[in-house]
Amino acid sequence: MDFYDKDIVSIRDFTRDEIEQILDLSEVMIPYANGDKVKRPLDGRILGNLFFEPSTRTKLSFESAALRLGAEVIDVSQMSMTSISKGETLADTIRMVDTYCDVIVLRHPHEGAARLAAKFSINPVINAGDGAGSHPTQTLLDLFTMRREKGSIDGLNIVLVGDLKYGRTVHSLADALAMFGARLTFVAPESLQMPEDTVRHIGERGCSPRKTDCLEEVIDDADVLYVTRIQKERFPDPDEYQKVAGMYRVDNAMLREAKSDLIVMHPLPRIDEIAPEVDRTPHAKYFDQAFNGIPVRMALLCAVLGGKM
Amino acid sequence: MKEFKIAPIRNGTVIDHIAAGQALNVLKILGVNESNIGSTISVAIRVQSKKEMGWKDVIKVEDRELDPATVDKIALIAPDATIVIIRDYYIAEKFNVALADHITGLARCSNPDCITNKGEPVEPEFDVVNRRPPTLKCSYCDRILTRISDNLL
Repeated sequence: MDFYDKDIVSIRDFTRDEIEQILDLSEVMIPYANGDKVKRPLDGRILGNLFFEPSTRTKLSFESAALRLGAEVIDVSQMSMTSISKGETLADTIRMVDTYCDVIVLRHPHEGAARLAAKFSINPVINAGDGAGSHPTQTLLDLFTMRREKGSIDGLNIVLVGDLKYGRTVHSLADALAMFGARLTFVAPESLQMPEDTVRHIGERGCSPRKTDCLEEVIDDADVLYVTRIQKERFPDPDEYQKVAGMYRVDNAMLREAKSDLIVMHPLPRIDEIAPEVDRTPHAKYFDQAFNGIPVRMALLCAVLGGKM
Repeated sequence: MKEFKIAPIRNGTVIDHIAAGQALNVLKILGVNESNIGSTISVAIRVQSKKEMGWKDVIKVEDRELDPATVDKIALIAPDATIVIIRDYYIAEKFNVALADHITGLARCSNPDCITNKGEPVEPEFDVVNRRPPTLKCSYCDRILTRISDNLL
């Protein structure tokens, strides 16, 4: 598929072949992403970073990806200083920013915001997370990490644990993993289990996930343990947050039951879901995963802007 | 002798083969309330149907022919309904409602956090992912619309 001028809104818009195409290009980007080689295929192009919600990794890695490829970045550091705080619609903001840059990266608190932005923008829009909706670039970098570490995703036993209801990364990820033929287990208390819509989509891909609230029960045959933070800001009820916060904590004692080649991933930031002692074990792959955001986002920017490597 | 549960009408519309139990929701689509009824509306709930569906509801609206947008909305909750236009006691037109593959502007998304519920200049859009019963998926936030009749515009 030619990604030139295409919007990247949801992982559900991609076929498996298209995902593999991006992952292959991400592989090519690795030496450019870590600075070993230098090339500027996007020289003279401008990325508009529109983050309506706080973000560290996603925003910085898009900036870094753009700069590594020779593009310039414009952004708004404080949304409270903009016309949005005066009540401007997202549609109008997008139409305006669209004239200032060649590609828009959008993070927004409301679901479907990226689809709306894509409708109003002439240049391509990349969804950097829309509320509890999808976060396709995170999904792509997660898939890229698993493929790099394990060689292939087909048939892997993948355990997703933590906030599966409000955590936006796991919805897109579970859907894509089902597409790749992984076997899935969802570990969460009932109040934070995977939403029915996502489970239904996964079912349509021929995957029937296991569900449990006990991580110890399923850790022994896992190939990948994907841990997510219980996100306080997504809880309407603080009591519900207190009940479940800190329920799952991965430490070396727990990992003694796991396969020696189990990899532990986390989209970060972590609070106390993974003990710092795990960082020093070969299981820990979450910082490699964070780095992988750069080559994957470089691949996407290059593809949608028609850069030649 | 054929027994009429509702008397024939001279001019207007008969909405037949409404799935049993949906008549009140169809009345909502017709915009019927105490202050705006300009003609007689007859409603029959749970009438024996000759078609295979067993039971049906029927509505007869006198002196009003339905516009296409209203017919499209009826298709969302009563996909088997038949619309019969009566002029001077004769059937002038008869057609089945048709549920399109893509719906624009007829219902709102039931997800309060969907961008279409935030004052943006767009109409809600849905893909029809199942026809029996009608099931809609928001084209923006991907949520399945639950309780269509509660979310009609």
